Amino acid sequence: MLARSTTLRFDWLMIFLYFALVFIGWINIYSASLNDNASGYFDFSQIYGKQMLWIALSFFLIPFILAIDSKFYERFASVIYLISIVSLIGLFVFGKNIAGQTAWYSFGSFSIQPSEFVKAATALALAKYLSDIQTNLKEFRSQVNAFLILTVPMLLILLQPDPGSVLIYLAFFFPLYREGLSGLYLAVGATAAILFVVTLYTDNWWIVAIGILVIGVVAYFINRKRRPSLVKYTFIALAAIAFTFSVDYIFDNVFKQHHRDRFNIVLGKEVDERGIGYNTHQSEIAISNGGWFGRGWTEGTQTKGDFVPEQHTDYIFSTVGEEWGFIGSLTIILLFVGLITRIIFRAEKQKNQFARIYGYSAAAIIFVHFAVNISMVIGIFPTVGIPLPFISYGGSALWGFTILLFIFIKLDATNFHYT
Amino acid sequence: MRRLVLISLVLVTSVILVARLFYLQIIDTSSESLYHNNAVKTVYEYPQRGYIFDRNGELLVANQPSYDVMVVPRDIKNLDTLELCQLLNISQENLEEILNKAWNYSPRLPSVVIPQLNKAEYAILSEKMYKYRGFYIQRRSLRDYQIAHSANVLGYIAEVNQATLDNNPYYQAGELIGTAGIEKQYEDVLRGSKGVKFIQRNRFNQEIGPYKDGIFDTLPQRGQDIQLTIDAKLQEYGTRLMKNKRGGIVAIEPATGEILALISAPNYDPGLLVGRERSKNFTRLWYDTISKPLFDRVLMGEYPPGSPFKVLTALIGLEENVITTSEAMSCFRGYHYGRNGFLRCHYHASPVNVVSGIATSCNTFFAVTYRRFVEKYKTPQEGIDNWNRHLSSFGLGNFLGYDLPTGRRGFIPNSEFYNRAYPNHRWFTTATISNAIGQGEVSMTPIQMANMTAIIANRGWYYTPHILKKVMGPDTLSQRYKEKHVTTISPRHFEPVIKGMHDVYRYGTASAIRIPDIEIGGKTGTVENYTRIDGKRVQLTDHSIFVAFAPIDDPKIAIAVFVEHGYWGSRWAGRIAGLMIEKYLKGEITRTDMEQFILEGSLEEEYAKPYSGKPFTINN
Repeated sequence: MLARSTTLRFDWLMIFLYFALVFIGWINIYSASLNDNASGYFDFSQIYGKQMLWIALSFFLIPFILAIDSKFYERFASVIYLISIVSLIGLFVFGKNIAGQTAWYSFGSFSIQPSEFVKAATALALAKYLSDIQTNLKEFRSQVNAFLILTVPMLLILLQPDPGSVLIYLAFFFPLYREGLSGLYLAVGATAAILFVVTLYTDNWWIVAIGILVIGVVAYFINRKRRPSLVKYTFIALAAIAFTFSVDYIFDNVFKQHHRDRFNIVLGKEVDERGIGYNTHQSEIAISNGGWFGRGWTEGTQTKGDFVPEQHTDYIFSTVGEEWGFIGSLTIILLFVGLITRIIFRAEKQKNQFARIYGYSAAAIIFVHFAVNISMVIGIFPTVGIPLPFISYGGSALWGFTILLFIFIKLDATNFHYT
Repeated sequence: MRRLVLISLVLVTSVILVARLFYLQIIDTSSESLYHNNAVKTVYEYPQRGYIFDRNGELLVANQPSYDVMVVPRDIKNLDTLELCQLLNISQENLEEILNKAWNYSPRLPSVVIPQLNKAEYAILSEKMYKYRGFYIQRRSLRDYQIAHSANVLGYIAEVNQATLDNNPYYQAGELIGTAGIEKQYEDVLRGSKGVKFIQRNRFNQEIGPYKDGIFDTLPQRGQDIQLTIDAKLQEYGTRLMKNKRGGIVAIEPATGEILALISAPNYDPGLLVGRERSKNFTRLWYDTISKPLFDRVLMGEYPPGSPFKVLTALIGLEENVITTSEAMSCFRGYHYGRNGFLRCHYHASPVNVVSGIATSCNTFFAVTYRRFVEKYKTPQEGIDNWNRHLSSFGLGNFLGYDLPTGRRGFIPNSEFYNRAYPNHRWFTTATISNAIGQGEVSMTPIQMANMTAIIANRGWYYTPHILKKVMGPDTLSQRYKEKHVTTISPRHFEPVIKGMHDVYRYGTASAIRIPDIEIGGKTGTVENYTRIDGKRVQLTDHSIFVAFAPIDDPKIAIAVFVEHGYWGSRWAGRIAGLMIEKYLKGEITRTDMEQFILEGSLEEEYAKPYSGKPFTINN
């Protein structure tokens, strides 16, 4: 018994995938940030040099995370969560304003973005709360509490303002659903998303409203043998129409012009390749340049010409697409799919409910980052400033994802302790 | 079930992402995105514009090479502004302004810095351009005019404007486009299509050869040559005759609708609008608001037609059966109507029938005729609308549909017009009596007058006048110029009218212009016109008009001549028409006395009267 509690069984596949992605990330950051002033791979004044430093530091971080007792994360989840919330509040006092966002603590030449760490802390807190024996997601009270855990960091991040990062918190609906939250929430969310896109696409809320009425009437008559409740149908239809109307209203009156433009470009309603659509368009060209096998490392013409802004951070995938081609892009997608499915697979195996919920949250967070970021780079999602996990440049993001992943690896390593 | 939601979403999303990547990287190889691809440089090659020939195959317009200094603002590096300004011979502020404009247009696409250098300037610059990164010299083809007239017909090419750039993706800033006349009308035929070359750059922005071995490159296609219906010799002669006069000449071949001459005076040498002096010259022409050389008087000028219009009144009278060829009317130096109305007439033999009425241009005869066919109907409204219907079939009161980009409708009133002018719709035929003799509310453009004459020569039909004879190549003349338009007047009614027009020439108002061996049918016009000088309505010297066709039995040419403030019909317009007809039919002039009078005559003093204050005594 004693011997068992001190040995750990690491899931080497997850660890391998992590190192593969981080390595690929650095290779591409090197290519995207290489310029005439660079002097060798270890030039720490360069972006790729700094990233190498971050990667090296995270290698020190990993043994530290793994050394801490797995019970610590469960027991101190609330404390970690509270500290992270305080770090977000502290931003409004000590934070540094960069490009209109108060999202950074600045220490000399280094900056730290707390919101990258809060994701892991929130996952811990949510896992802790949901694994509590008294929590029952079928009850309204538990639902409210669970939502509250998510809403507090979301609001604080929204105030920075960093709407992209807020979007990530929707990932927590997957573990919530997995743990028994009514499917109605996901259904309502999915319907809302569809109505949102359709409303913006038609640009006439009443056309969508007519569509909703038609679908409602058809559905009612198909189901009429089961004697459906007319009141319920009417209520749902009215709610949907009200939503459509508010989308139309908010889009036209609350959104700022650059938000509208981002949506319109993805919906193909606006073609502006010189102005607002420039990023996406250039990144698409870069990716198209890749062909099957790409132009080769550091040979990408779009990449070298600095035509894609933010290429080493949010748009890093365009470098992958140009220099490594379809094969390279496919490889990265497969690595991500491998990592995410492996986390889900291992999470389902957890005997400890806390570890399972945490793992599920981690998988969902990485998935949303991955899906939103790549969709944005290849032009099927509006521009949202969130990084590609493990790949994009940025110390905070790299550390945040490293901590998120390795806490789960540690929890997973002690899984066999539970019998 | 709940376990599978996230994992299936992961898989579905990945498939979508891979599919999109596959589309972007493998399937979508269209050349469309090449234009925005920064690693690929787009180089245009401009074709030669098509040549323009006259109806006899004489070359009117050819091409000459020209060189533009271009800039791609983003590529500018380490620019020595001062040195470049000296080299280009422009001021520093000027250069900054040009570069700012180029930046605003696009940092990536080329803009023009200095347009249209000649060969000598090019020789100096071409050696030194390599020093200025971002600048280069673009070869283009400019017009080379073989003639110094007909600018109103040929039009000109100019740098494409912003509105066209926004609407037509073919054009890039700084390119040339036909902006007036034939150049504008047949831009698509004349311009050809430009070639494009895509050149691959490596990561150091150096050009390393054609993109994908040039599979997307296209060769420039030379514009097609065109032949006009214009007779260059006639056109040149007419231009000389119209020197120091204002107005215009339109000659049409009645059997085909081909425009033989289209002269607007004063005009300018089309060569003025080529080269670096272009904008200076254009400004000078543009600001000449007194003689308006850019105003095409034959297509855009709307004038009361005057007496030639009586021919139409006669035709309508015959068609409506309100007069016969034998009916004679007495004229007592005018026509009394209404309570106090009186339409003055001049001395001539009386009584007159339709033939001698035309020959002597009797106002009374046509006023009576007009009144009869309008009053034939229950209300004057119906009468006027019927009159309008006849005139519309002559192509009046609307655009003729010829193939030049400018024009005016002219004006033929209808009942609605008079109903609006007279409250309670209380108006009678007599209120519009001036229409009978081509004064009053009616107005026509000179090309409409020429077309009307062609219709009479044809005895009742016409082809829409046009100026394109053919495109040298697969394209042919538009179908709409092969469609015969037939008027509402029966052909038999034309004979007495033509006889009258012949008598005008034989012994009538234009007997002074008689030319040996040529029988002409014509009609003079002396048009009263008014203007406001210092707020007062002043009657100016009459316009001189003459319409004619010849030979009378087998018409080869129908012509309308209009001379502003030219005293009376036969004095200027009649003589010019006679000379033009003889030139066209015989190729040489026998009435050299008449030719000398016209060539040496000037109306400039007349045109200066509103400014010099000399009295317009000629009217009294």
